[in-house]
Amino acid sequence: MSEHEYVPKSKAGKWFNDRLPLLSLGAHLSDYPTPKNLNYWWTFGGILTFCLITQIVTGIVLAMHYVAHADLAFESVEKIMRDVNYGWLIRYIHSNGASMFFLAVYIHIFRSLFFGSFKSPRELIWIIGMLIYILMMAAAFMGYVLPWGQMSFWGATVITNLFSAIPLVGESVVTWLWGGYSVDNPTLTRFFSLHYLIPFLILGLVVLHIWALHIPGNNNPVGIDIKKPSKDTVPFHPYITVKDIFALLMFMIIFAGFVFFSPNVLGHADNYIPANPLVTPAHIVPEWYLLPFYAILRSVPDKLGGVILMFGALFVLIILPWLDTSKVRSAVFRPMYRQFFWIFVVDVLALGYLGAMPAEGIYLFLARIATTYYFLHFIVVLPALGFVEKTDPLPASISEPVLTGGFGAVPARSDKIINETK
Amino acid sequence: MSKQEDKKDRRDFLFTASYTVGAVGIGATIWPFIHQMNPDESVKALATTEVDISQVEPGKSITVLWRGKPIFIKRRTPEEIQEAQSVKLEDLPDPQRDEDRVKDGKNEWLVMVGVCTHLGCVPLKDKGEFNGWFCPCHGSHYDISGRVRKGPAPKNMEIPAYKFVNNNTIKIG
Repeated sequence: MSEHEYVPKSKAGKWFNDRLPLLSLGAHLSDYPTPKNLNYWWTFGGILTFCLITQIVTGIVLAMHYVAHADLAFESVEKIMRDVNYGWLIRYIHSNGASMFFLAVYIHIFRSLFFGSFKSPRELIWIIGMLIYILMMAAAFMGYVLPWGQMSFWGATVITNLFSAIPLVGESVVTWLWGGYSVDNPTLTRFFSLHYLIPFLILGLVVLHIWALHIPGNNNPVGIDIKKPSKDTVPFHPYITVKDIFALLMFMIIFAGFVFFSPNVLGHADNYIPANPLVTPAHIVPEWYLLPFYAILRSVPDKLGGVILMFGALFVLIILPWLDTSKVRSAVFRPMYRQFFWIFVVDVLALGYLGAMPAEGIYLFLARIATTYYFLHFIVVLPALGFVEKTDPLPASISEPVLTGGFGAVPARSDKIINETK
Repeated sequence: MSKQEDKKDRRDFLFTASYTVGAVGIGATIWPFIHQMNPDESVKALATTEVDISQVEPGKSITVLWRGKPIFIKRRTPEEIQEAQSVKLEDLPDPQRDEDRVKDGKNEWLVMVGVCTHLGCVPLKDKGEFNGWFCPCHGSHYDISGRVRKGPAPKNMEIPAYKFVNNNTIKIG
């Protein structure tokens, strides 16, 4: 991918690299030409990699102490919290880590939506990203079941019952998922197995995600194609690594704030009550990151319809590159899309809020409007905008708006720093 | 000092300071992930065991569990004590007097960790060429004082920390 072939300096390095070009890969990752105007919204890829590794490392540790059995799971989690050395810390990192992972992934997704990163030639990066997102939701859901508290048990019951909406075979599918006639020990053990597997599937998809990214290279806030390498690019190392590390440190401060000062604020108190198949908690809601989909599910007064619409909400995301017909990527040059983008953000936040509220009265009414708009955005607004929107003129290069004092003051400053260090 | 050098010194200082803080932070983060594998307080709390030995007849032994390991408690007959004390130290791979392996005035009681010092198997009682224990895994022979006499084991069987609470009870650990 880089223009020049990398040749290691040492003889041993050359010997090794001829047989397994890991050093070439390292050189490629280090030299990788990156648009010089990437802003902090672009640091979330690195942050997400950190989140995944954190979840895997803390998860492997938790699995050393956790017991996947309906009679012992709750006790073993309490033992982790009370007895295991630093168990409380590691479990709180893992449970809050899931929330931080989703926080970062939502910012990452909305960044892509705003700057048009999902558009040609980056459709596959987007689709792989959506697969990662779906696997993340599956992993988070199954992980939430493992402590075997009341929310675990009833969350598992409700979500698995979604599949009973499938015509004809629904009941059999649910029995198959449960390994019995209700959520019980067989369900718990298979969820544990899959919860351990999925992060490694995600890791593999992340490698593909980055590989697919390195073919066309990064999109950028201006959204135009750039020559690589050129005056418009900087090497990934040290310019982007330093920026990524700085953003990561800021992110870790927020992360640590949750872990040390309010580790349970994002959870539900009911999950500290052992699972009881005879009593459902009064108010059952999923974790915050699943709420918008939960709101869509509940807004349809038909069982099958609700399930179809919920999965449809994910499906329209996957086919997004073909729904957005505009040739211009960045919302910076799309005055109308820019408005609709923010309306869409508000719509998703509203769905999240409504998903946490009881499904009745005004909440249900508003959830139906928000759900309708969600689909209108993808199926009507985005395809139509490409035809009716008059986009602003695009700059010829990243340097151009900088030099003419237009868009983006930050790259201009970093230019100056580069010149000073020379 | 020129302005250029001044700048260089400052940069070196910032680098060193950053790396130091980073290294301390990474170390402090790694420690919980290592320490979680150490025995926790609930395991340490089980580190002592009290045993009632009033039912053990002379010549018989019992085995109890302490920290997940078998502890042999043998009540030896006068002949067995005589035999253990008469062994010459130069005949032993790991020389140790029998008197040093029991409590003063309680030399009928042999209390030891029933784990072969070779690779951790549990030796069989009343077996072997020395009237003591024999390890079936790799053929180590122990005498009636639990001292290795023959085979690959390097050391005598370990004597745990224990004391007599009264004539009928010992506390191990």
